[in-house]
Amino acid sequence: MKPIWNDTKEYDLKSGKYVKIWQGPQHPGITGNMSIELLLEGDEIKLLKTHVGYLHRGFEKLMERRKFINCFPIVCRICVPEPDTNEYLFAAAVEELSGIEIPERAKWIRTLNLEMARLGATVMGLGGQAGSFGLGTIGQWAVAHRDFLLDSFEELTGGRIYHMYIVPGGVRYEIPEGFEGRLEKTLVKIEKLLSDIDKVMFHNAVFKSRSKGLGYIPKDWIEPFGINGTTARASGVSYDVRKDHPYLIYDQLDFNVITGTEGDVYERVLIRKEECHLSINLIRQILAKMPKSGPVRTFIPDIMHWKIPAGETYVRAESGRGEYGYYMVTDGSEYPQRVHVKGPSYTHAMSLLEKLGEGVTNADIFGLMVSLQTYPPEIER
Amino acid sequence: MTEADNEENKIIKPDFSDPELFCTALPKEVPRMNNIIQKFYDWAQANSLWLLAFGTGCGSIEMRPLYTARYDISRFGIAPRPTPRQSNLFIISGYVSVKTLKRIIRSYEQMQNPKFVIGLGSCTINGGMYWDSYNTINRLDHYIPVDVYVAGCMPRPEALIAGFDELKKRIKEGRGEGANEYAKNFAWYKANQKKIIKDWDMPDYNW
Amino acid sequence: MKELIERLRSKFNAKNIKEQRKNFVFITVEKKDLEGCVLYLKEFEGYGHLTLLTALDWIEKDQFELVYHLHNYFNKTDVSVKTFIDRKNPTMVSINNLWAGARVYEREIKELFGIDFPGCPRVNDPFALEGWHEIPPMRKDFDTKKYSEETYFPRPGRYTKDNVAQMEEQLYPVEAEVKNGIAETVRKK
Repeated sequence: MKPIWNDTKEYDLKSGKYVKIWQGPQHPGITGNMSIELLLEGDEIKLLKTHVGYLHRGFEKLMERRKFINCFPIVCRICVPEPDTNEYLFAAAVEELSGIEIPERAKWIRTLNLEMARLGATVMGLGGQAGSFGLGTIGQWAVAHRDFLLDSFEELTGGRIYHMYIVPGGVRYEIPEGFEGRLEKTLVKIEKLLSDIDKVMFHNAVFKSRSKGLGYIPKDWIEPFGINGTTARASGVSYDVRKDHPYLIYDQLDFNVITGTEGDVYERVLIRKEECHLSINLIRQILAKMPKSGPVRTFIPDIMHWKIPAGETYVRAESGRGEYGYYMVTDGSEYPQRVHVKGPSYTHAMSLLEKLGEGVTNADIFGLMVSLQTYPPEIER
Repeated sequence: MTEADNEENKIIKPDFSDPELFCTALPKEVPRMNNIIQKFYDWAQANSLWLLAFGTGCGSIEMRPLYTARYDISRFGIAPRPTPRQSNLFIISGYVSVKTLKRIIRSYEQMQNPKFVIGLGSCTINGGMYWDSYNTINRLDHYIPVDVYVAGCMPRPEALIAGFDELKKRIKEGRGEGANEYAKNFAWYKANQKKIIKDWDMPDYNW
Repeated sequence: MKELIERLRSKFNAKNIKEQRKNFVFITVEKKDLEGCVLYLKEFEGYGHLTLLTALDWIEKDQFELVYHLHNYFNKTDVSVKTFIDRKNPTMVSINNLWAGARVYEREIKELFGIDFPGCPRVNDPFALEGWHEIPPMRKDFDTKKYSEETYFPRPGRYTKDNVAQMEEQLYPVEAEVKNGIAETVRKK
């Protein structure tokens, strides 16, 4: 494989052939807050460098100054469209290190929460992808339907965006009366939206001709870059954390891993749409199979002075974008020694994008960026 | 740094106080007229705020549902614009890190007078839950002038619409004078900004 | 899994072997054996996925600890290889020719901890901070609260209208002042 990140020595900047531009955070095409620095020849990109760091808050340093139960409001703000994965991973790491068992009903409610968050984030991602190729109506539809799902979240947890619902020990409240009926109505609306998107976007001549063949990832790039999630599944590697390392109650649910064959932008978006259908199917299975009654939270005595024995662990989960992981080290005191958050966009946005961007025209680079589903807050935390 | 990078730096980063290449004028105050025409201007500006679509932090996820039919801010005359030259309202949505502050200052100074700023979320008021972080600022109004704060984490879209309402009332009373305040205390704002942005590689007033 | 641990113990002198879960083991090797151990696991045992590369700061022992977490796609097991390096002159061999994605991890660790990886391209480029002239921020001797209070202007805190506190100030002013002074000092710590 040709080495990535060449220097600009082979490009003579003094001749009038090359233009160097910086498409920064205030740009209508960039989702999230990162910037790319391009070296263009005419309309074609020769070199691309990613710059991140606009959203760096120093989470890992802040978590070392806060006790375990004080960390959990701050943890959900690492990933904005889908905060429940972070809450679950922090709770799972703390429970594994301290040896607490959570009740059965809490595991089912946590899975329901995670699947609802996945659905909301993937639907919004489809809208963003359409917007990057110029199909603006689909973005409006997607955000409007995600709003109905946020109403369900508000009924269940009390907040629209940041829920703070999954805590070490279980979940905070019981499911309210009649919640299943209202959620089913929202799911029917989202299914109608997905069939509309199928007609308008996937049978659209402009979208097909622009996205087929763009950003092709061959199968032997998966290992050197550590690609995971939908991006890897679209290239033929069927790696899904819910099947390979089942957590919570995913081994009691019945589903197949969706894999594709061509690794271009069209295939990745198609697999995301299929995963929306899969999420709706899983939510309906969970609501049918859940145990009808039981406690939802284990009591932890004296939670403000909770000391966890020394140890270290790594837990992982599958979010809408790929494999999320938390590495936590404790040393027997009331504060964590080190928490390292590893998001799925870490290598996708930095090394993979710089390799894929060569040869792409300036108008198509944003469609390519959105199809990798990179989200900057989890890169620089 | 390679030799090619040094060559690049000489092309990209010229001397900003050179009057041949850059205009070194400072912002000027525009005094208010005290007649019926000024009242007409105030009414017109309050009813057609065009906002700059730059999501600087967490809060931009609650700005996106505002453009849909459920909360619908285009009935108030508010429209999102992609460039600062065509907008007069800047919503700073959430926490501001040092790197983003440099870009915010650049965009704010490129907007044309009169211009207004809304600070969204608790992080602009006193630092929020990142009050002890080494990379986020604690008080936004020491760096650019702010008209209205909307508290919350995140504020709902209805709370944001109430914030727009408050801003419109302020403009119609004649108190939306953020741009003039910036021009009057320009040296103080610039000293605060240069204290934390240590590699300053842009002109002093980016217009 | 047990045979793998035996092979690693004999070839690379792996110590401190701890089984965290059923298919997940932590091992510790010396700094000079690390590159060989990681290469052996990647080429001969099938651990082709570099999941994580991170660093820890043990200021009491005067050492940094590096953790390389490897994952096997085929038999779904994890091995996490750890090593200790000196805190005074921290450098480490770069593994960017084994995995292209390791360059980003090494760049970040150089910026946040100060551990140098000679041989990694663009390792001196800033990753998330711009214009930073202090010590690397993730080290344990960097006090983030003090830095934030000195550089960014904190808004002074609110005072309380609690009834008990108000009556105390009216009736027993000396005791109230002492109590407030102690509370201020404890909060500042």
